[in-house]
Amino acid sequence: MQNHAAMTNPPPLLAIETLEQSFGGVMALAGISFQTSANRIQAIIGPNGAGKTTLFNVLCGFYQPAAGSLRFNGQELRGLPPHRIAALGIARTFQNLQLFFNMTVLENVMVGCHLRAKTGLLAAALRLSSVRHEEQQLREWASEALELCGLSGQSERLAGALPYGLMKRVEMARALAAKPQLLLLDEPAAGLNDTETMALRDLIMRIRASGVTVLLVEHHMPLVMSVSDRLLVLDYGSVLAEGTPAEIQADPRVIAAYLGGAVQYAV
Amino acid sequence: MLEQIFQFLVTGITVGSIYALVGLGFALIYNASDVVNFAQGEFVMLGAMNAIALLAAGLPLPLAAIAAVLLTTLVGLLLERFAIEPAKGASVVTTIIITIGAAIFLRGVASLLWGKNSLPLPAFSGNEPIDLGGATLLPQSLWILGGTVVLVALVNAFLNRTLLGKALLACSFNRAAAQLAGINVQVMLRLAYGLSAGLGAIAGILVAPITFSSYEAGIMLGLKGFSAAIVGGIGNPMGAVAGGLLLGVLEALGAGLISSGYKDAIAFIFVLMVLFFEPTGLFSHKAAERV
Amino acid sequence: MRLTGFFIFAASVVLLPVLFPDNYFVTVVGIAAGLHVILAVGLNLLMGYAGQISLGHAAFFGMGAYASAILTTRFSWPSLLAMLAGLWVAGTIAWLLARPILRLRGHYLAMATLGFGIIIHVILVQAAHWTGGPDGLGEIPPLNLLGWTVDGDQQWYGVIAAAMLLSIWLSLNIVDSRIGRALRAVRGSEFAAQMMGIDATRAKTQIFVVSALFAACAGSLFAHQQAFVSPDSFSLMISVELVTMVVLGGMASTFGAACGAIALTLLHEGLVVFEDYEMLIHGALLMAVMIFLPQGLFAGVSQGVRRGWALIASRQRHKG
Ligand SMILES: Nc1ncnc2c1ncn2[C@@H]1O[C@H](COP(=O)(O)OP(=O)(O)O)[C@@H](O)[C@H]1O
Ligand SMILES: [Mg+2]
Repeated sequence: MQNHAAMTNPPPLLAIETLEQSFGGVMALAGISFQTSANRIQAIIGPNGAGKTTLFNVLCGFYQPAAGSLRFNGQELRGLPPHRIAALGIARTFQNLQLFFNMTVLENVMVGCHLRAKTGLLAAALRLSSVRHEEQQLREWASEALELCGLSGQSERLAGALPYGLMKRVEMARALAAKPQLLLLDEPAAGLNDTETMALRDLIMRIRASGVTVLLVEHHMPLVMSVSDRLLVLDYGSVLAEGTPAEIQADPRVIAAYLGGAVQYAV
Repeated sequence: MLEQIFQFLVTGITVGSIYALVGLGFALIYNASDVVNFAQGEFVMLGAMNAIALLAAGLPLPLAAIAAVLLTTLVGLLLERFAIEPAKGASVVTTIIITIGAAIFLRGVASLLWGKNSLPLPAFSGNEPIDLGGATLLPQSLWILGGTVVLVALVNAFLNRTLLGKALLACSFNRAAAQLAGINVQVMLRLAYGLSAGLGAIAGILVAPITFSSYEAGIMLGLKGFSAAIVGGIGNPMGAVAGGLLLGVLEALGAGLISSGYKDAIAFIFVLMVLFFEPTGLFSHKAAERV
Repeated sequence: MRLTGFFIFAASVVLLPVLFPDNYFVTVVGIAAGLHVILAVGLNLLMGYAGQISLGHAAFFGMGAYASAILTTRFSWPSLLAMLAGLWVAGTIAWLLARPILRLRGHYLAMATLGFGIIIHVILVQAAHWTGGPDGLGEIPPLNLLGWTVDGDQQWYGVIAAAMLLSIWLSLNIVDSRIGRALRAVRGSEFAAQMMGIDATRAKTQIFVVSALFAACAGSLFAHQQAFVSPDSFSLMISVELVTMVVLGGMASTFGAACGAIALTLLHEGLVVFEDYEMLIHGALLMAVMIFLPQGLFAGVSQGVRRGWALIASRQRHKG
């Protein structure tokens, strides 16, 4: 029986256990546990202040949690600085844009390729021929990511001069350029119109199809319900429910606490 | 040995009081505007130089001192109006350079008006040293200590007891919220500049009889005041006072026990050590950063 | 092309002494300007690109200068070796200092770098046994580059021009590379940069060391060129001047920093005429530029030129 279970359920890509994070008196995460296996779209929903962004921040090493564990591919993330966590194959976008505003779109996305290149300071300063080759390679990789996000014509524009919707796509392209295994999206549809949201939906599906696991924090219920394999519902820093979209929509606790009228959007 | 250390302590507290007053000025302006005013030391110099000049022009000392403080306060207000206000919203580096520019400008004015020599101010009540059982104290030091105690108490009461003072503190916690609550941030800014210019001037007048003054006397005093404010956790007025006293005492001990030539180096090594172990000063309140 | 600006600049640097041979402004002022450019370009890497202010950069300039001065006069080291030693000292100290100091932000960083600069300056004044104290150290032998002894203003102009062009070239290369982008990213959003796998501490440390090396190199050249060093050349005011050059030209632009350095050198040269008014004018100009052209002269002027150009163009069209 045990063996059988191990064979049908692949080991989780991400396993979070009793994770706690507080700010002064506020318990932003009050002992959260959940798992995600590879190649899934796992949505995380919950009202504002539920702790979704905090969960991402802890996962990325921006805060050190008070208790709990975070395992990615079996490796403990707790205690690692953000750049080491990124190196393990995690990339993200931000609820509040964190673009490099003074750099061009292309440069932003080339920064996303940072880990895939290896030019060091001395080689860069002397601009050795290996550096020139690598630059060319980075440009190509970045262009691919830009194309995937529908930004092909924008590469030479300053990121800070773009309209909001495009900025969000640059963040997405930048994260994708890192070729992550796990992609964290924090409210990617916020501020987008319907057409843009549809395009985003397609993009997320394509990302998953390319073998990337996605953690999606989002308030746009039609998008969440149509795109995700599983949902995690957070409320006041705790897990309220976990399951498939259909299970969540039928869950009376979720309906009572949060979803309410939103269920009618369900696809 | 013990007597010697006692003497160093007395000297240190005297010098530290001046640093405290200058640091207090830094903290007030920082509170109101997030600007570190590198011309703070020049307020100290202007206070002293104005008093010296007015005294030489025939005014009695108390009148000269009061007029000098008022004049310097006016300079502070002008500085705010013509150099700080037009640059509203500028970056940290830009405001640092603007205030450094202001400092150089004021030094230039002072050297034109009063030349480049050190000028004395007579002590308020003579130069007969007072014996403190081992340590001696100039009467002027008593003026400095007393003046500092009174001024710090007044500023503290102003900040915590009066509506205006509370409004000034509110600005530092959250400027937008202060604005919403009907506080005129512009007025607060002028108040802060006027107040710290006045404080600086008084510090300058108090210390001038001991150290003399010249057009460049403000440089080191300004830097030490800035150190005091930083050590105390910038923007915390009473922290700046504590930082100033601490700095003065350590500097005096270092000068006496280690080497007087390295006095300034010792002071700044102390500041660096504080920052290395407490990156936001000794008495600051920290908040977690958010993304 | 990527280096077009560089080649135009290099051509004018080479042409100047040909067009105006034996001109005081080209050789003497040019040498000073060249050294300032090296310093400003290095500091700009730290301030403009990594976003870290340093109010103590003259300390590294001084380390290079005094290493060359002390080792060549008191220990008769060959000048090139002394220069390398200076680079090593400045680089090592910068590296040791980087971690604790670059953790600080905003005004705390300003205070710490300022304090560091003052400490080094006090040491230069006080350790008279080694440094000659406030009177300085003279009779520094001329620079000897693998057998060639640099002599006379013309030759010095050549050496310093070459070093300056090298520093600009290196800076341009660094900025437009993986390393430079990482730095700029850290400045834009440190957390986002880290999430791209950039080790922000390491990136800042590296560039702090690089800018210290630029400064130390300028210091060694300065010591040999002047044949004399004294603590006055490495005081707080000099650090402030260096920051001013960077900001004056417009931060985050290699040519901006170079222009700022040249502009400020010329300004000082020009202000000497006003004698007693020099300080007053200097302070007023600093304030005015920062208030009215906060992105710096280079950006401000090029913007103005572009606007003027557009205006003329539109007038032409109306006429036509
Ligand atoms: N840096 C912080 N300092 C203080 N409180 C914070 C911080 N970050 C988040 N919080 C608090 O933690 C709780 C969860 O916030 P967050 O994770 O942003 O919620 P969500 O993303 O689900 O809307 C909120 O009460 C918020 O105010
Ligand atoms: Mg959120």
